[in-house]
Amino acid sequence: MILAFESSCDETSVAVVRNGDEILSNVIATQINSHKRFGGVVPEVASRHHIEQITICIEAALNEANVTYDDLDAVAVTYGPGLVGALLVGVNAAKTVAFAHHLPLIPVNHMAGHIYAARFVKPFEFPLMALLVSGGHTELVYMQADGQFEIIGETRDDAAGEAYDKIGRVLGVPYPAGKVIDEMAHQGQDTFNFPRAMIDEDNYDFSFSGLKSAFINTVHHADQIGATLDKNDLAASFQASVVDVLVSKTLRVLKQYPVKQLVLAGGVAANQGLRERLQLELPKHFPDAELLLAPLKLCGDNGAMIGAAGYIQYQHQQFGDASLNADPSLEFDWMPNMPH
Amino acid sequence: MKLLAIDTSNRPLSVAVLEDTKILATTTTNVGRNHSSTLLPIIEQSLAQAGIAPEALDRIVVAAGPGSYTGLRIGVTTAKTLAFTLDKALVGVSSLAALAANVLTEGQLVAPLFDARRENVFTGLYRIENQRPVNVVADQHVSLTDWHQVLAAYQEPIVFIGADVATYEEKLKASFGKRFVRAAPQLDLPRAEAIGLLGQTMAPVAQIHAFVPNYLRLTQAERDWQAKHPEEDHAPYVEKI
Ligand SMILES: Nc1ncnc2c1ncn2[C@@H]1O[C@H](COP(=O)(O)OP(=O)(O)OP(=O)(O)O)[C@@H](O)[C@H]1O
Ligand SMILES: [Mg+2]
Repeated sequence: MILAFESSCDETSVAVVRNGDEILSNVIATQINSHKRFGGVVPEVASRHHIEQITICIEAALNEANVTYDDLDAVAVTYGPGLVGALLVGVNAAKTVAFAHHLPLIPVNHMAGHIYAARFVKPFEFPLMALLVSGGHTELVYMQADGQFEIIGETRDDAAGEAYDKIGRVLGVPYPAGKVIDEMAHQGQDTFNFPRAMIDEDNYDFSFSGLKSAFINTVHHADQIGATLDKNDLAASFQASVVDVLVSKTLRVLKQYPVKQLVLAGGVAANQGLRERLQLELPKHFPDAELLLAPLKLCGDNGAMIGAAGYIQYQHQQFGDASLNADPSLEFDWMPNMPH
Repeated sequence: MKLLAIDTSNRPLSVAVLEDTKILATTTTNVGRNHSSTLLPIIEQSLAQAGIAPEALDRIVVAAGPGSYTGLRIGVTTAKTLAFTLDKALVGVSSLAALAANVLTEGQLVAPLFDARRENVFTGLYRIENQRPVNVVADQHVSLTDWHQVLAAYQEPIVFIGADVATYEEKLKASFGKRFVRAAPQLDLPRAEAIGLLGQTMAPVAQIHAFVPNYLRLTQAERDWQAKHPEEDHAPYVEKI
């Protein structure tokens, strides 16, 4: 059993996960109400909230799972990427719990955690491709085995979630805007035909800043001439562009990298439009590939996904020690001793 | 009483293990390396040297601020989590009182000080009574000019202590004249053994969950927001989902 910590951004979360695929508890304290005041996450405010919450979350995770420290085999923690002050709270708390109870410490990459949220649906089969779409990342990640990650394509500017949050500001939708814009999109039509950046380019990279600018220009122009635009249509048009690009690039990559499973994970994986499109398109183009959608509740940041990724490292004895530090710009080479 | 004391409020890092008033192990560094990677290894080593297992501790004492926000977070998260997870008593000591505790001259006024940039300091005023610093003017974030006015009420020599005193030494000398007394440099480093001795007799915090650093300053974002929303209710900012 693993006690798993996550504090990379604006959620403090502690979970108890059994055998890497069973959630006994997954306590999440979200700071959204606080950062709403500022229109986005303020790092110092986030770090302060994490300290307020951390022991409360540990206690609740153990209680809800009905376990004691004696039942635990290891402590896992996100050590990057993320906000350094926020990460420091989880890292130091996890290290301290591991030290106090003589448990091994597992340092987990937050993005690996997002992918392993899909592990709660069913076991991974390799090779596997993950479309990882979150607040800070938009990546196509190829996996030939557990714990092996190869980035095949990524965004050259904004992440998809970041684009949602930025156009949300223009539409007057409070932070984080993704969920509300998704709902608005379902009530509107794609009437604006925003650009689909890089959609025809022969690579697997993404770009969302052009779409964001086109969106903002459209709204500003309408404001100037005193025209009112249908906000739902704006949302639907924006979402159609994002989903088109994400899905077409994913289908393209699968031609070159045939896989057994396609995983959709990260905060934006909660997007209904994206989930529906992949459910429709993947069987059409790749009938043998299986779609694993990260469960809705596990798309955003949470400790359980860190416990699932940490379990793989536990099996390979990939442990950290008391000197583990936060690494805000951690990249995807998180299991250095794994055979490649 | 077996006690672990920690100070990571600023660039120096100090850890001590005590049994009652006996100091068993103490380590103080001032090399500015990342406290996040050095603190726990030093705690481990100190406890091992003292022959004390973490679960055998009775009390954890931590310098709780003011100081560097990052430094405070590392020390307080570690102390708070250790106390919580092992169900031990937790005591927070002012990081300024911790420095003042280095002075032992009975009756002496002491002004420990940390630079808060742009002619602002974190400081407070203490008087040494029965070998302990007793707070006279509360710890605060204050401009040097305002602090000079506060201290005008005390027409006696004041010992200024802390590595950052050097930054403002000329200005302080000009303001306080003969009342400015510079502490010996070996007193500028916080020593966890002194913090431990202070915390030994203090009442532990009632609610470990509620224990946070004493930053003495709201974040800039919160200050701006409050200025714009003076009436606004304080909704629960963090929610369990
Ligand atoms: N239904 C949705 N549709 C689109 N975007 C969404 C939806 N739900 C959430 N999001 C977006 O997901 C993002 C949050 O995801 P997540 O918590 O994984 O990001 P993060 O942790 O901040 O970044 P990272 O994981 O890259 O470090 C936000 O940008 C939010 O707007
Ligand atoms: Mg995330």
